Amino acid sequence: MSRRVALEGSHAVAEAVRMANVDVIASYPITPQTHIPERLAEMVANGELDAEYIPVESEHSAMSACVGAAAVGARAFNTTSGQGLELMHEVLYVASSMRYPTVMAICNRGLSAPLSVWADHSDAMAVRDTGWIQVFCQNNQEVFDMTLWAFRVGEDPRVLFPVMVYLDGFTLSHVIEPVNLPQQEEVDRFLPKLQYRFALNPDNPMTHGAFGPPDIYTEAKIAQEVAFRKSKEVLLQGWKEFGDIFGRYYYPVELYKAENAKTLLVLQGSLSETAKLVVDKRRESGEPVGLIYLRLWRPFPLHEFRQAVKDVDTLIIFDRCISFGGPGGPVCSEIRSALYDMERRPKVVGFVGGLGGRDVSVGDFEHVIDRGREVAKKGSEEIFETVGVRGEVVGIRG
Amino acid sequence: MAQEFIKFGKNLVDTREFLAPGHNFCLGCGEVLAMRLVCKTLGEKVIIAMATGCDEVSSTPLPVTSWRVPWVHTLFENVGAEISGIEAGMKALMRKGRIPQRDIKFVGMAGDGGTMDIGLQALSGAIERGHNFLYLCWDNEAYMNTGIQRSSGTPYGASTTTAPAGKISVGQRTWKKNMVEIAAAHNIPYAATACPSYPFDLMNKVKKGAEIEGPAYIHILCPCPVGWRFPSNLTIEIGRLAVETGIFPLYEVENGRYKLNIDRPKLKPVEEYIKPQGRYRHLPQEELQKIQERVNEEYAKLKAKVAAFAA
Ligand SMILES: Cc1ncc(C[n+]2csc(CCOP(=O)(O)OP(=O)(O)O)c2C)c(N)n1
Ligand SMILES: [Mg+2]
Repeated sequence: MSRRVALEGSHAVAEAVRMANVDVIASYPITPQTHIPERLAEMVANGELDAEYIPVESEHSAMSACVGAAAVGARAFNTTSGQGLELMHEVLYVASSMRYPTVMAICNRGLSAPLSVWADHSDAMAVRDTGWIQVFCQNNQEVFDMTLWAFRVGEDPRVLFPVMVYLDGFTLSHVIEPVNLPQQEEVDRFLPKLQYRFALNPDNPMTHGAFGPPDIYTEAKIAQEVAFRKSKEVLLQGWKEFGDIFGRYYYPVELYKAENAKTLLVLQGSLSETAKLVVDKRRESGEPVGLIYLRLWRPFPLHEFRQAVKDVDTLIIFDRCISFGGPGGPVCSEIRSALYDMERRPKVVGFVGGLGGRDVSVGDFEHVIDRGREVAKKGSEEIFETVGVRGEVVGIRG
Repeated sequence: MAQEFIKFGKNLVDTREFLAPGHNFCLGCGEVLAMRLVCKTLGEKVIIAMATGCDEVSSTPLPVTSWRVPWVHTLFENVGAEISGIEAGMKALMRKGRIPQRDIKFVGMAGDGGTMDIGLQALSGAIERGHNFLYLCWDNEAYMNTGIQRSSGTPYGASTTTAPAGKISVGQRTWKKNMVEIAAAHNIPYAATACPSYPFDLMNKVKKGAEIEGPAYIHILCPCPVGWRFPSNLTIEIGRLAVETGIFPLYEVENGRYKLNIDRPKLKPVEEYIKPQGRYRHLPQEELQKIQERVNEEYAKLKAKVAAFAA
């Protein structure tokens, strides 16, 4: 029996972390993530959560402390946004490459300069290759669910990789939505206690983090890549088990009104909920338009994605990030490259918008669909299109 | 491993080696001498976190390791934070009954660069938060691992590759950062200096630092034949001269109380320490004089503290 409560995204994260009974929390405050460490500190202060709360002096130290805690077999949690994620960048590679299964919630935020505390995905895209499992959330129920799931799959002995859960800053972190909270017994059934078999312990001395000379580094990295890709099976199994216990099933690539669609929008994060309203309208007027929600970002669900778009004419990819001087927005470039080897592949049109908290409205998505189909048909000299920018944008050329 | 001790006067020294032979440290390295003694003192109930530097690269090329105790290395500047996480993790696991309650020493180790420059923030945070850990700084007075670049621990007048002596330069133009005083300014329960030329003093301090509840900091001067340019058979001698000239006094600050461990009635001239080292080869007499004056002044300040806040 679950309880239905009203929670902002930040507090949904905190509830999941509490129910996961974490051992160590190390986190440094940054807008829009602050409500998460504040709520967790409160829980620890009131004895609702038995954990060590380390009020670290920076994000670099937050991630390093989580790495230390994970090295001794403790369940560790961290949370940050934008600049904080950038500051801990080098530690992210360490956590994944040393196979420490820790979990971090990221309230996505644009990157300075100019300073912005508002939502976009530049922070996420800057760390996409760090070897972390990464998922994007659409609403606060998913925020709770993905956080619990993250512990379950990351700690699985067949996985042992850290997991990032992305929720858009403010639009999810600060917005109250109804969330079903499960019973603790159900959570305990889904999430066993962490048994990290490489934990540092004087009874069985181990060396973690010896350096890699050229005659071994490549093998170490390829082994990591193989293990990382292989972990996808466990991620899917984790979602299946999650659904069996809690009744909500998740997939790496989620289809919305995609049946017989000729045009599919592709999104990550909370904007998908706005875009779905437009898809509904178009479907009502008989247009074959649908949506793909790309939940699992790493490891990239190549097979599932190709399968989902094989009969489609046009894909319209919406990026909330610029890859300066790149061949398109980061998601768009990846998808183009992912589809290149298909026998029959759709046209791919890229849009960039919603930067630094800029609203993307229903009207904007109407434009995205119309203009996207036009570009697919007639082509364009611009490498990507922009949404909601004041003034005429020309010159995004190759 | 059966535990046996050798008796040196009133000191008992473990015969076991926790840092295995076969490592890649240089001939005459002061750092590895200190490290070996430190490990003997700490014993096997320990978890060590180490920064990038000579210490880490010389002890662990994959797929081998010299460490017979639990040991982790991740990055250059984060040992303070990492050992915080280790201590907190073990504390939580023991409190929650996930692992048995027991006494394990949590020890962070880094070079002067990893401690006084890039790692200072993480270390300050860890000390300020009061984690129960021992931190050891291997001070060889430069970034040796990357090829003798200057650090804030490099002494005035020494030539390094990024502060070289030249036609219009004396080499390092700044005075060595006083890291023990920085640690002490955190109101740390225990801070001390040590040097492998004084092995029992070093071991006693490590023992004390490990047993104290809360953070403890020991700053260990490690003469480096390669970086300081002296013959590798002089390591112990150079360390002694650093102490005997007052350039590197051996002292402790225990809960704010100062104690000089070696207090010679008369200090040797700093020239005796400086002359055998190639890194000072270029120094003119007037610069030597300047260093002597500075040492006199600093030593007098330390003595005044010892007198005012005696242990
Ligand atoms: C972030 C970062 N910056 C720079 C380096 C390069 N680096 C590795 S070790 C080192 C110097 C180490 O000096 P110190 O801490 O004094 O230790 P030593 O090697 O002298 O014992 C440097 C600059 C690094 N590994 N990481
Ligand atoms: Mg050094």
